[in-house]
Parts: sequence; C-alpha cells; structure tokens
Amino acid sequence: MDDRLTALADAVIAGRYAEAAELTRTVIDAGVAPKMILDDGLIAGMNVVGERFGAHEIFLPDVLLAAKAMYAGMDLLQPLLEARGIASRGKIVLGTVRGDLHDIGKNLVGIMLRGAGFEVIDLGHDVAPERMVEVARDEGAIIIGMSALLTTTMPVMREVVDRLREARLDADVKTLVGGAPVTEEFANQIGADAYAYDAANAVEVVKRLSDTR
Amino acid sequence: MASLGERIAAAGVLVGDGALGTLLLERALQPGQAPEAVTRDHPEILTDIAGQYLAAGADIVETNTFGASPLKLALTGLDAHVGSLNRDAVRITRDAVGGRCLIAASVGPCGGLLEPYGELSTDEVYRSFRTQLEHLLAERIDAVFVETMIDLTEATLAVRAAKDLDPHVPVAAMMTFDPSPRGFHTVMGISIAQAASGLAEAGADLVGSNCGNGVEQMVEIADEFRQHTTLPLVIQPNAGLPKTRDGQIVYDEKPEQFAKGAEALARLGVSVIGGCCGTTPEHVRAIRAMLDRTAPSRH
Repeated sequence: MDDRLTALADAVIAGRYAEAAELTRTVIDAGVAPKMILDDGLIAGMNVVGERFGAHEIFLPDVLLAAKAMYAGMDLLQPLLEARGIASRGKIVLGTVRGDLHDIGKNLVGIMLRGAGFEVIDLGHDVAPERMVEVARDEGAIIIGMSALLTTTMPVMREVVDRLREARLDADVKTLVGGAPVTEEFANQIGADAYAYDAANAVEVVKRLSDTR
Repeated sequence: MASLGERIAAAGVLVGDGALGTLLLERALQPGQAPEAVTRDHPEILTDIAGQYLAAGADIVETNTFGASPLKLALTGLDAHVGSLNRDAVRITRDAVGGRCLIAASVGPCGGLLEPYGELSTDEVYRSFRTQLEHLLAERIDAVFVETMIDLTEATLAVRAAKDLDPHVPVAAMMTFDPSPRGFHTVMGISIAQAASGLAEAGADLVGSNCGNGVEQMVEIADEFRQHTTLPLVIQPNAGLPKTRDGQIVYDEKPEQFAKGAEALARLGVSVIGGCCGTTPEHVRAIRAMLDRTAPSRH
C-alpha cells in the first residue's frame, strides 16, 4: 500500500489533525484516487481507532481527536467524492430523542459511523420523533439511530418505531437504539430492529443492517 | 451550626440527601425542560423534597442548581435567569430546612466539551462556573458539591472558581466512573488515581464519586480512592442501574440493600454518604438508621 496513505491513517489514529489535512492535500495533489484516500487512509485509520476503543485500549478523548483528524481530511475529500458520484455506504439519521440533552454517546456513534464510510445526518439532541421520521424519508436514509440516557425519555423511542410503521417506511428504514439505560430486551419490546451496547458495536450492527436490507 | 469540616470531625459520617432529578421528573418536569425551571415554576415542590430529605435524617441537603451554570442553562434558553435560578434555589432550600441541616450548592457539568475535544475554552468554562458560584456564594451555603464530572479539567475549573471566590468554602468534588477491563475510568478516561490527585491539587476539601454506579461498585470505587488520598471522601451512589421491567423504568436497589452498601462505605471511612439517581427519602432513612445502629462500634 501507498506509504503516504499509511502515514495518513497513522495521523488519524494519533489525532494529529493538522497533519491529517496536510497529508490529504498532498495525496490529492499527487493524483491518488479520492476513494482510495478515503478507504486506505481516513477509514483505515478510524477502523483502528474503533477497534482500540472497543477493546478499552483508548478512551473518548483519543477518539475525539482522531475524529477531528478524519474530518480535517474528509472536508478536503468530500467535494471530490461528490464530483465523481461516489456514494457513501448509506445515510444514517442520528439523534438523541426528545427531552434528552445527553449526547456524548450519540456523537461518538456518529464519529464511528462516518469513520466506517457512512453518511451521517446528525439531528443533534432533543429531536422530536416526527422530525426523525421526516428526515429519514426525505433523505432516503437506511437507518435511524436513537440514543437516550434518561430513562424517562425511552418511551419516545417507541414512538419513532411506531411512526415509521404507520408511514409504511419500516421496510426501508431500520431502527437502532442505544444509550446507558437501553437494553436488548427494551429494543425487542418496542419493536426496534436492533440494539447496540456501545459505539463500536453500533458500527457492526449498522453494517449488518445495511447488508441485509 | 457547626461547619461541614467540624461536623465530619464530630460525627464521623454525614448523611447526604438522595436524588432530586428523578423526583422532579416524576412530579414536575416536562420533556425537554431543564430541572432548574422548577425553581421558577414550582418552588413548593423543592420545599417539599428538601423537607422530606431533612425528615429522613439527611445532614446535608443539596440545592436545585446542578445545571444552573450559564453555559448549561443556555442549552435550554434559561441563561438570562442565572442569578435568580441560583439564588432562589438556595433560598428555597434554606427556608425549607430552617438551619436544621447543612446546605450544599450543587454544581454539575457545563454541558459541552473543552478544547481540543470540543469547542469550549478553559477560560469560558471557568467564567461560567464562576458566575454561577458568585450567585450561590452570595446566599448562605455551607458547601459546594461539584458533581457528576467526567472531565478532570472541567472539574478543577469548578473547584478553582469556588476557591477563588471564597477560599474558606468547603468544596467536595465528585466524578462519575464506569467499570472497564482496565479498572474504573470516567468517560473521558480519567482514573480514580488521577481524579484523587487532580481534584486535591485544585483545592477540593473532599473528593469522591456520584452517579453511574450502584452502591456495590461504589464500595470498590471508595476503596480505590482511599488508596490514593487522605482527604475525606464523599460517595453518592445510584439506587442500582436503571432497568426496564414491563415497559417501566426501575432502579431496583431497595433501601435495605442500599444501606448494607452504605455500611461498607462507612467502614471504609467515607465521610459523606448520600444517594444519586433513583434514591429516595427511604434510602436516606435507611442510611441514617444503619449509622445510628452501628455508630457505637465505630467510636
């Protein structure tokens, strides 16, 4: 593999964002294919970060810095990918459900999913159920990911699942739930398609859901 | 009334209060609303809850100011009311307990991440805590409880802001830890050893942990703190971790079970034992009863 792409992946892993931007610029100027820069540089780096985080070898701050480095490269790459009509692995709508201001976990899931090549539409925190469904429909998203940290807001997740079904979108848009008080049992109870226990697991689950659509 | 330090020296163990947020969610909060709005809209509920904790035997009752820093209030558009929300919360608690227990001003996280992980500068976060604490200290409070912190830098900024304004106000600093294969760490990767030394260096008078764990894991956390500091410890566990049962959310550590864990905390020499999410006046009553029962053996 191209040493320069390995160096780019390493810059992402180490969270050296200025260097990641510089290296991305260098390989773009050298004519390396944007898709290759994405896959073998930025995503390859984030894969390692995701694995290490999943294995508790590193903590959130390292992931946040790595994400910053990934985005620094992605900002340069995105226009080129779009110009060449290179699609992402699919669009994911993310949000923390209505009434819940906690969103570190959800942000982390967004970072990991972007790092795995998905397009993430992050609606932020305190998102109304109808808005999640609307955006998923309008954007042609394949998955809605919802997180809750407050137990009192968990019933809102059920509302999203129900609204998707009522709108007959449930075959096209799958639902993924997570957050500290959320369990697999709860996901089954409300009829969600999947549950993820952490951000690294969310990526695996999203890959599985997107493959089986 | 004797100061927090004198009370700890005399009593050995002080009883904190239980959850406030959980009770407010049950009684007054609308989805998306900040708990601090209750101070403005339903002060009588705060009066009632403070009275219940006092009656249950709490030595310390906290104010409804966990999210009343300007940065955090701005997330729900309440930042213009930072003065009244902090001052009134202290006044309501003071009127409710009428000098029969100590009042600790609750200070929680600012709601954002510090640079380089997020957008907030240390200066901005310090100023936010300082503004909140100016209002809290202008009323009569007996202690500042910095709580539920996951970022050590942020926690130290809150501690420093309090001590800069009043070097004599007792400050307790608590962080929230998760178990991991590498031991307890906060979400931001802070170990108990790092928390103990960093919080002490910032000037905290008591250090410890609240939220995130039930009482059994908190015993392990307290034990580890004990190995890293000689400062008095403050521990406020959840009533277990939230679970769903028949579609309902429950915290299932019952008061008796909670009191057993609290007894282990007391044996470890923890100075302040209270409760966080899911704990009720019944949990506080159980801690009080346990301490009253076992007190002779500890002296």
